[in-house]
Amino acid sequence: MITFMNDSDSEEEPCNERTSLMSAESPPVPSYQDGLQASEAGEAQAHRKRRTGSSRSPNNIADGDMSESGVPVRESTLENEEEELTLKYGAKHVIMLFVPVTLCMIVVVATIKSVRFYTEKNGQLIYTPFTEDTPSVGQRLLNSVLNTIIMISVIVVMTVFLVLLYKYRCYKFIHGWLILSSLMLLFLFTYIYLGEVLKTYNVAMDYPTLFLVIWNFGAVGMICIHWKGPLQLQQAYLIMISALMALVFIKYLPEWSAWVILGAISIYDLMAVLCPKGPLRMLVETAQERNEPIFPALIYSSAMMWTVGMAKPDTAARGPSQQTWNAAEDGRENHRSPSHADSQVSETRTPVPTRPISSFEELEEEERGVKLGLGDFIFYSVLVGKAAATASGDWNTTLACFVAILIGLCLTLLLLAVFKKALPALPISITFGLVFYFSTDNLVRPFMDTLASHQLYI
Amino acid sequence: AFFWLVSLLLSSLIWFIAVKASDPRDEPLQKGLLIFGVMFSVLLQEVFRFLYYKLLRKAIEGLVALSEDGCSPISIQQMAYVAGVGFGLMSGAFSMINLLADALGPGTVGIHGDSQLYFLTSAFMTMVMIFLHTFWAILFFHGCEHQCWWEITAVVVMHLAVSGSTFCNPLYMGSLVPSYLLMAIAAAWAYLLSGGSAQNLRRFLLCKS
Repeated sequence: MITFMNDSDSEEEPCNERTSLMSAESPPVPSYQDGLQASEAGEAQAHRKRRTGSSRSPNNIADGDMSESGVPVRESTLENEEEELTLKYGAKHVIMLFVPVTLCMIVVVATIKSVRFYTEKNGQLIYTPFTEDTPSVGQRLLNSVLNTIIMISVIVVMTVFLVLLYKYRCYKFIHGWLILSSLMLLFLFTYIYLGEVLKTYNVAMDYPTLFLVIWNFGAVGMICIHWKGPLQLQQAYLIMISALMALVFIKYLPEWSAWVILGAISIYDLMAVLCPKGPLRMLVETAQERNEPIFPALIYSSAMMWTVGMAKPDTAARGPSQQTWNAAEDGRENHRSPSHADSQVSETRTPVPTRPISSFEELEEEERGVKLGLGDFIFYSVLVGKAAATASGDWNTTLACFVAILIGLCLTLLLLAVFKKALPALPISITFGLVFYFSTDNLVRPFMDTLASHQLYI
Repeated sequence: AFFWLVSLLLSSLIWFIAVKASDPRDEPLQKGLLIFGVMFSVLLQEVFRFLYYKLLRKAIEGLVALSEDGCSPISIQQMAYVAGVGFGLMSGAFSMINLLADALGPGTVGIHGDSQLYFLTSAFMTMVMIFLHTFWAILFFHGCEHQCWWEITAVVVMHLAVSGSTFCNPLYMGSLVPSYLLMAIAAAWAYLLSGGSAQNLRRFLLCKS
């Protein structure tokens, strides 16, 4: 078996604590090294708070559920207004997440359908050492289960390692690791991808031009993701690296292993985010305790924080928060004691203790949007890409999986609005996707084919 | 779209089971099973449309309860329109997309003696289905809102009629023409139900304010 690059292990781990969906709720707290306009994803958006900054479903299905639980518990009209505003911006947030997920999937499906390279079997990763070319079905199943166990344990080990590093404040190591892995993604994988696309369309390109293009692409990408850059450019880069990573997975994971891995990873995601000792939960909680943002290269955020220049009548609340921003611009050290951090955190709340959350913060919240981990993008795209690559019913199956994943994402965002804490984004979507893939491929396809051959319409 | 997909899934499940359980060589039986499958699928789609209506009704109630001035930001008519468009798009996509993918490749239409107009008629049929789904959703939701059972039965009957008319394919006169006529009727009806009138239309067309 051909082994893949050893650096891909650094790919695994960033992939996998990216799998959580968080609502961006906390006020902006400057990170110790990112500047004020640093990668917007990193700007302290990862903290959870007790109110929702995220979305409702576009069909407002949430409200049917919310009305029963919400109505009796209203203590102040403020909370009502809170819900109102969240309601109005809820659909916007869902669309803000639909668009990048759709774009990522479109890129992956388009590449799979046109570039032959990604559907050829050219060996496997070292994480899936067992081959699936076995004569018997039982053996194949066993091999794929073993592959999955190895892959998941690698992921768990990496995640735990990352959490330990984070707990013991080895920030430089983590940042070096992230930079190395995004370097590899941006340069090496892009080079391979570009090479294959050019081969497919039979376009000649000389090496100097190639070098120039890839160098510019990669350098701008590094700056955008890890430092400062326009929000949309950063989002575009994150989508592109997710798509590249998903393509690698689609190419190098054997069929059955891929499906079993998808299933196993959504279970793992569920446990890692919701169990009290789960690594992802500990990561997010530690980040919250220290009031630091989670690493910029791991999370896709749909909106930027803007508090400067916002016209708001509530000047009392504004005063302290402006102080915080000024402090940020002074580049103050972020390692404060928790009590101090709390007082900083509470700066956006009004001085009146009876009103838990100020309206200023509400307006801030709306601009913030929802965050989705990059691992989620990757695995959604892997599912849809695999469906496009291996389904014999072609486009119907792909389309069905696509709709299933989006609906799963919708439901997850709904739950996010209800529970108001970080939730795993994978389980519901991947379950729907898998169910729809297998059922569409096996059940719907013969039906639709027969209908189409007789030109019947239902 | 999701609801349409689920209904399709369930109906193909039933058809698949029926086919597997029956003799594959018996041609008339297979044809009969196919017809049964189509009719069952149509009925299931309407059931799911109804379920979707119920869900949206609950959502509207929640929205009204939460809003300040007692009316929801999106009305049931708008939801009906969106639901119809979703159903229609999904049904159209599923009907058309494999055809389109094949159309990109090399080939000759109808070389084995089938109709040469296959792609063209498929395109028109898909278009009429999409429009019809949109109009049917408006009619259906209106019927559910105002408890006009005859509107609902009319929608179901129309759907069955249109699907049934496709059994005449490749005799395209038998399927396309009635479908377009039914679409025109449904369009006018939905327009009138949504509050339009001949005057509105004239004003719009003559660009009067």
